[in-house]
Parts: sequence; C-alpha cells; structure tokens
Amino acid sequence: MTTASEVIKPPPTSVGFIGWLKKNLFSTWYNALLTLLSLWLIYIALGGLLKWAFLSAKWGVVTSNLRLFMVGMYPPDQVWRVGLCVFMVSALSGLSWGIWGGVLRSFAIALAAAFGTLAVLPFGLETQGWLVGNLALILLGYFLGRKLSGAGRWVLAGWLLSFVLTILLLKGFEASPVLPPVSTNLWGGLLLTFLLSIVGIVASFPLGVLLALGRRSTFPVVRIFSILFIELVRGVPLVTILFMSHIMLPLFLPKGVTPDSVLRAMVAMTLFSAAYMAENVRGGLQAIPEGQVEAAKALGLNAPLTMLLIVLPQALRLVIPATVGQFIALFKDTSLASIVNLIELLRIGNFVLAQPQWLGLFKEVYVFIFIVYFIFSYAMSYASYKLEAALGVGKR
Amino acid sequence: MNQPSVVSAAKHHAAVPFWRDVRVLAILGQIIFAIIVAVVAGLLYANLTRNMAEKGMSAGFGFLKLEASFAIKEGIKYSPSDSYGRAFLVGVVNTLRVSAIGIVLATILGAVTGVARLSDNWLVNKIALVYIEIIRNTPLLVQLFFWYYAVINLPRVQESITLPGSIFINQRGVFLPWAFPSPSFRFWSLFLIGGIAVAVILWIVLTRYQMRTGQPSHRFLAAIIALLLIPTLGWFVAGESPLVGEVPVLERFNFKGGMRLSSELTSVLAGLVVYTGAFIAEVVRGGIQAVKRGQIEAARAVGLTNMQTLQLIVFPQALRVIIPPLISQYLNLTKNSSLAIACGFPDLYAVSGTIANQTGRPVPVIIMVMGSYLIMSLVTSLLMNIYNRAVQFVER
Repeated sequence: MTTASEVIKPPPTSVGFIGWLKKNLFSTWYNALLTLLSLWLIYIALGGLLKWAFLSAKWGVVTSNLRLFMVGMYPPDQVWRVGLCVFMVSALSGLSWGIWGGVLRSFAIALAAAFGTLAVLPFGLETQGWLVGNLALILLGYFLGRKLSGAGRWVLAGWLLSFVLTILLLKGFEASPVLPPVSTNLWGGLLLTFLLSIVGIVASFPLGVLLALGRRSTFPVVRIFSILFIELVRGVPLVTILFMSHIMLPLFLPKGVTPDSVLRAMVAMTLFSAAYMAENVRGGLQAIPEGQVEAAKALGLNAPLTMLLIVLPQALRLVIPATVGQFIALFKDTSLASIVNLIELLRIGNFVLAQPQWLGLFKEVYVFIFIVYFIFSYAMSYASYKLEAALGVGKR
Repeated sequence: MNQPSVVSAAKHHAAVPFWRDVRVLAILGQIIFAIIVAVVAGLLYANLTRNMAEKGMSAGFGFLKLEASFAIKEGIKYSPSDSYGRAFLVGVVNTLRVSAIGIVLATILGAVTGVARLSDNWLVNKIALVYIEIIRNTPLLVQLFFWYYAVINLPRVQESITLPGSIFINQRGVFLPWAFPSPSFRFWSLFLIGGIAVAVILWIVLTRYQMRTGQPSHRFLAAIIALLLIPTLGWFVAGESPLVGEVPVLERFNFKGGMRLSSELTSVLAGLVVYTGAFIAEVVRGGIQAVKRGQIEAARAVGLTNMQTLQLIVFPQALRVIIPPLISQYLNLTKNSSLAIACGFPDLYAVSGTIANQTGRPVPVIIMVMGSYLIMSLVTSLLMNIYNRAVQFVER
C-alpha cells in the first residue's frame, strides 16, 4: 500500500537549522529563557570588548615595546642569539614532525602556522625575514625527517643538546668578541618566562621520579625523607618558596658563592615542581599491576632492573598527560617570579606601564599578556588532550 | 645421599658475605643515606649560622614582642603601637578570612558552572566552556592585576553602581546590608543551639522510625519546623531581635552602616573565586559524569522522579568522586591567597614581608610563614578527609 515515495518527511521544525535550534536552545520554556539571557550576556560582554579593542584601545603600547615583551633588557645588538635559538627549535620540531608525526606533527604545524601568520603582519623586513626563515626551517626539517626516518635517536640527542646550547648561547663567554657575556639580570620577557618553565620542568623530572621512588621505597629512612620533602613543599605557596630561595639560598651557601637571581628562581621552581611531579609519578607507579613486577622477578631480574626496565617505562608513559598539565601550571606560575623582582613577561608589563608615555594603559598591556599566556597554555593543553588520546591512557 | 648436599647448602648459605646480604645492604644503604642527608643539612646549617652572624642577623623570635610601628589597613583590631606578633596575627586572620569566604563563593560558582557545562542548552554549555578555558589557561597573578585595576577604576562613591537589595559597588569597595548581633544575641544563641540539637535528634529518631516501619516519617519537615520554631521562641523570650539589620546609606562622603568589603578584599576575592571556580567546575562536571548512565536509568525504572533521581542517586555518588579533588582545590585557594599582595591586601604573606624587611630577620619570619601555611593546609585536609571518609562507599 505505502510505497517509498509516500514516506512522510519529518516536520521542518525537527530537522535542519530550526530543528537544531529547537532541540538545543528552546526545548523548554526555561531553556528559552536561559538562551535569551545568555544572548544578552554575550551581547554585553562581546560588544563592549570588541568596541574597546578596535576603537578605543591604544595598541601602540604593545607594538612599540614588543622587543621588551619578548626578550626583556637583552642587549638589542645581541638579540640575534635569541633568534638563533628559535631557529634551532624550529629546525628540530620540523625534523621531529618528519620522523615521528603524531602529536609532534600538530605541534610543528601550529608553530609553522604561527610563524606564517606573524610574517604577514607589518613587523619590519628584518623580523619578517626571520619569521619566514623559521617557517622554511620547519618545512626543510620535515622533508629531511621524512628521508631520515632512522635518525630518531640523533634528533632526541639534538633536543637535549639544544637545551644546553641555548643556555650557553644566551649567556655568552668571557673574553669572546662574538659572544660577549650577557648578565642574566638582563634576561627578561617571554624569553625568561620560557626559560624558567623549561628549566623547571626538565630539572624537576628526574628529581620527581627519584622522590616518587623514595616515597614508595621499603627503606623507612628514605621513605620518611621523601614524604617530608613532598608534603612540606606541597603545603606551602610557591611565593614563599621563591622568597625563601631569594633570601635564604645565599645564606645556605659557602661565603663568596652568590647565585644570581635567575638561578635562584630556577632552583625554587625546580624544587617546587619536583614535589608535584613526584605525586604524578607515584600515581603512575601505583597503576602498574603487581603481576608485572612478579613476572620480572620470575625472569630473574633484580629489583633495580625490574624498576628500570619494567615498571618505570610503563609508569612514565601513563604520567605524560599529567606532566604536560604540570608544565602548563609551571608556565603560568612563572608569573610569580615577578614578585621576587625577576623581569619576566608580567613584570616587563609593569615596567612598560611605569614609563610616562604609556601611563594608564594597563588594560592594553594586561590584555596582551593575558592573550600570550592563554595562547601557549591552551595550545599545550590541547596537545596534551591529543596526546592522551594517542597514547590510549586508560584504554590500553 | 642427600644429607651432605643439604649440609653444604646450609654452610653455603651461612657463608654469604655481608656485602651480598640484602638485609644488611638495606640497612647499610639507609645508614649511608641518613649520613649524607645529615652531613648536607649540617653543612647548610653551619653556612647559615656563619652567614647570618656575619650579616648581623639573629635567629631568635624575640623581635615578635617589639613595637611594629607600621599600619595595616584592615583586619582585626590593631594599631602601629602593637607588637610584631600582633601584626603577624592580623595577617593570619586576614588570610583565613579571605580563604574562608573565597572557598564558599568558589564552591557556589564552581557548582553552578559545572552544572551549566552539562546543560542541554547549547549556548549555556558553551559559555561555561569558554569561561573555564580562559580562566584555567591564564595565570592567577595576571587575573588579580586585572581585578585590582578594574576595582580601582570603579565609579566614585557618589556614582556607585546600585544592585537590587541595597548593595552598592564603588571605588571604596562593596557595601552590603548586614545583620549585626544585638545585646541579647548571646542569650538567643542558646535557643539556636537548642533548635539545631532538637532538629538533629528528630531527624535521627524519625529516620529510624521510617526504616523500622517503612512508613513515610516527614523527617525533613519535622526538623525544619523544630529549627524554625525554637529560635523564634527565643526571640519572644528575649523580647528583642537578636540580630539588627543595617542597610548602607549614602552620607556626604561615604556610605554608612551595613558591611563594607574593602576594594582590596573585593578584588582579591573576585580573582580567587573566579579562578578557583573554573577549576571546581571541572571537578563537579567530572564527578557528575562519573555516575554511570545505568544508575539514572535504573532510578527511572524504579519510578523515581527527576528530582529524586538527582537527590538520591546522582548527588551521593558524584560527591564521592568530587570530594578528593575538591579538597586540593580548597588547599590551592588558601595557598593562592598569598598572591593577595598583588592587590595590596594585607594577608599573611604581605604582612610578613613587611615584618621581615623592617626587622631584618627574614629567617625566623619565613619559618613562621611556612609553618602557618602548613598548619592551614594540614588542618583543611584533615577536616575534609574526615568528611570524605563519611561519604565514601563502605565496601564489603
């Protein structure tokens, strides 16, 4: 009786755009009310923001102080060193993209996209050339990496080496005409923010693993020491640790040894981050089934080898997402270093605002800083989300 | 035939040299570790005492009795002629106050936003998402600066923003109506305590009755009536209102009456609440999503209403998941309140900084600060852990 052509179409109010609206925004009377309220809220907030950003904001304060924001007081004629370090990172991420793909692919593409977008903006020929150079290096690295798929180990070594090289390059050498020493007091801006967080996370990782192992140790002395350290550090705010390292570290060291303030802050960040890292790693260690340890014992591995070859590799894989989270937290926490007079991104902002010609433009400056932090943190948390999916944490 | 080999095995066993005996090694290792820790600590301590002696710093706590002679803008009763100890106490109380109010408000904001994230309404859902992502991916310190400047740039007293319910917001802070205890408040509070006690007893007795007979006992209604009736009775006995309501009224230069939250406190609270609220929202969302779909379906199948499903099935189970991360969020808020210094609010850390500067005794001061935060953290986590144990599943 009924043929296919007679099948009644769904009413227009349940499919398509109107259907979507009805289902998601106006399903009940209170939902409709909420929708209208939300629209009003968006109109007020977004309208005000856009009007301010495009009509009344004086972005000159950001564009004319861009160098300060990026590298702080780093001598202008030496800024090429920072540029060189970024070149290194670009080349390495391009290579990693070519060799491993996966999350590194998204990372490299995001980086390339950022360079590409910025290159279009009118920053002057020199900066634009540098940006294009970075873009080219990433792509070059990618094609090289595709060819040399067996060079993974070398690229890994390259990453570690680049870390040391960056510090050396930025610091310079005594009595060197090409690379005169640059005092760390002059490091600042986004550069210092990055250095603090990267050093913090890299140095705190081994320390955190050791503390986690110590906390799970059967040796009471080691265990008590680890627990005391972890709980003590986690129980106090980071500012107090920064303050302590700022004031107390010179007192703890022998006479004549006074670490500069950047190093002091790095030590504080590392110790602070290590305690949190230890708890992350402990979570990973606890997630490894006892059967793995028993199987290793049955194969005749001793305790250190069991830990090193069987338990740790699995545990560390589990804690990668938590570590990225920790990295984001540390990245945000570097802003606290401004309280102990380090001229990282936030404090540079305060410096700029103290200049007479930029007085009162705090909204522009803080919005800019806000956006910079947001872009990097959000990119990292997105990467961590992808990584979690790729690693199949909780599924495998 | 077996006899000799058993004997030789026993001999062999006895002949294990001590440097290969795991038990001996374990103890030896721990002793060595303890010695290393002790030696390092001793060295640091020796350096500390020598350096402090050279710089003329003393380690004692005697300075706490000296006159502070600096002003603190708000907090419990204090004048510059009071001692440093009193000034420190003002800081502690201010930190506790801002943390306590912050925890309550952040919980409310977090719960509302967390539920909004689960809303069917697409727009509400996305607004909550944007709020959470923006706040979680930027540093608290930058946000606090924002709030501080936002509050500073509020309208003057004469042009206050007026909210319904006689709430006034201006440069000097927030003015709210408040109820202050009258002279008979003490007498009346006995009735209040009595009312709470009777309500609790009624609840327990009626719950038992309901469990024994299966008849609905209206325990909620009975408890509420007891809670309202007895204090009201106390009011009549006392003959006057136990609380006197006060509404802020604009006088010539300022508001008078009611409760004033200073502009510093307002900006700190706004920053802490908005920041922690975003994290709590994620905790709440995760907790509710952790309740298995089948539980809700089963509740529907049994014939519970929507409200009953939420109240009896979803919330009790979600709470178990929510509590542990919620504890750490509360602790974070307390520790983050140390950033109040960015808004000029005289909290524990800010006051201690002044004390350390004035007295030139940073070492004892930092010990006191860290000790105070540690005690706060430990007490909070102890209380919350007791509560956590009460709501956790009792597994067989």
